[in-house]
Amino acid sequence: MGVVEVEELARTYRTSTGVLRRRALEVEAVRGVSFEIAEGELFGLLGPNGAGKTTTIKMLITLLLPTSGSARVLGFDVARQPREVRRSIGYVFGGDRGLYERLSALDNLRYFCELYSVEPREQKRRIAELLELVGLAGRERERVEGYSRGMRQRLHIARGLLHDPPVVFLDEPTIGVDPVGARELRATIASLVQAGKTVLLTTHYMFEADALCDRIGVITHGRIVAEGTPADLKRGVADLTVVEIEAFGASEQAIDRLRGVDGVSSVAVEEREQTQLIRVQAARGHELTQPLLRELDGARVGRIAVREPTLEDAYVALVSAE
Amino acid sequence: MKTLRLLAAGWVFHVKGLTMSGFFLVTTTFLPLILATTASFMARAGARQGTLLYVSLGAGVMGIWSSTLFGSGGAIQWQRWQGTLELVVAAPARFVLVILPLTLATASVGVYSLASTLLWGWLVFGVPFHLAHPFLFVLAVPVAVLGLGLLGLVLASTFVLYRYANALSNMLEFPVLFVTGLLVPVALLPSWARPVSWVLAPTWGMNAIRQAALGGSPLDDLGLTAALGACYLVLGAILLENFARLARDRATLALT
Repeated sequence: MGVVEVEELARTYRTSTGVLRRRALEVEAVRGVSFEIAEGELFGLLGPNGAGKTTTIKMLITLLLPTSGSARVLGFDVARQPREVRRSIGYVFGGDRGLYERLSALDNLRYFCELYSVEPREQKRRIAELLELVGLAGRERERVEGYSRGMRQRLHIARGLLHDPPVVFLDEPTIGVDPVGARELRATIASLVQAGKTVLLTTHYMFEADALCDRIGVITHGRIVAEGTPADLKRGVADLTVVEIEAFGASEQAIDRLRGVDGVSSVAVEEREQTQLIRVQAARGHELTQPLLRELDGARVGRIAVREPTLEDAYVALVSAE
Repeated sequence: MKTLRLLAAGWVFHVKGLTMSGFFLVTTTFLPLILATTASFMARAGARQGTLLYVSLGAGVMGIWSSTLFGSGGAIQWQRWQGTLELVVAAPARFVLVILPLTLATASVGVYSLASTLLWGWLVFGVPFHLAHPFLFVLAVPVAVLGLGLLGLVLASTFVLYRYANALSNMLEFPVLFVTGLLVPVALLPSWARPVSWVLAPTWGMNAIRQAALGGSPLDDLGLTAALGACYLVLGAILLENFARLARDRATLALT
């Protein structure tokens, strides 16, 4: 039996538009997601913005009711036994929000200790331990409004672990954090798994998922399109090769033409400050460089590199195929 | 014991949070001055013995009501905005035990308004401050605050479900001031309005404070304030549990 068991979980948001003639709208954010997380496992949920990651997590932590399907955490149903689920889980959202800004980190942590019924004699020791773990010892009496984004994120992690939960949900915990801070956070997340906790992590950063996750589920348009270890997912693109082209001023038409080149399976463009990084995935054995450059006629081209596929390429291939 | 501890810790936490707000400091400095001025002019227009302190106390309790009404709803909106509403809903503690200390805190910080209205009245307008039953006055104020805070709990539940419940709190401020006798005696209201006064704890809380200050027996009024407060507590707990479930269904706990 898994610690987290999700079966055909779905969530539809109902909203309306218009002022005088109101029209009902339905958005299917999650459409029948199923997965299981074993004890002590770190499971990653990867997907583009709007794929349904946060909605899935919010159903699992009892903040949203599922429209259909079911989910259990440590055997407790998230819809019918929310209080039992809440006692067993910790959760951390990414971003600046979710803290009482005018008060100190210590005030925040003490308050959440009370909300989670941490015994008074335990509170001091637990808070000190966690402040040490997340590197905020000595800064706990400062008001949160003066904290950097990385410090807030670390405080979020400390808050989520106050009651020593066996299951932890982390929703993009390193988003917006500087590289050094993000590396420290990843080390903290790794230490949670070493301590025996079961973790569900969502992230946009593939190297993060590759480094941390035991298994990964790729979610797009509200459905899980692939599931396996990072190595399993990479094997799915083992027969592909990747060409990265640094370009200046490539038009949308030119990018579309690249998609028609023989052997090309997907094209993704990352807009940078002055340049575009065009990432082309194609079947091995095709001569690609010249045909691709021909289609980019009119754009200035900088560096070109051909490399082996990574987890990110596996992800791009899966998401692009939908 | 755990429940009392949670209530006390939550109350201290929210009082601390509210008094750290610059906006709070500005409003609690200037609002009592406006209320004391209003009270003074009303008393002069009435020109009867004992009226000055009578209206001054009413003006002070108006400050507590404003603080509770806008504080309770505003605090939940603020929590939604800063992303902490989801965190407290997802905590294992009963939701009513999370929100009650918040509404009691907003009513409690309103006591500052009562104190400073009386002080401004005494300093600027010469309103006498002589208490007929000092001990009962000290008892009546916290009981009235409790009644107001528990009424705030019922109102706060609507803010959990609706993202834009501000219209409700704006709409309620002045009608409640009138029907609970904070501005004019309840006896002067039309007969159809009196049943509304009777079911609002501030009516009896205000009576108790006035009886304790001006002479009379405030104990019956204190009992009614406490009894109505208990009813609000039960109603607030039921509404909060149900509205929190509805908010999970309608996805209104977060801004997006």
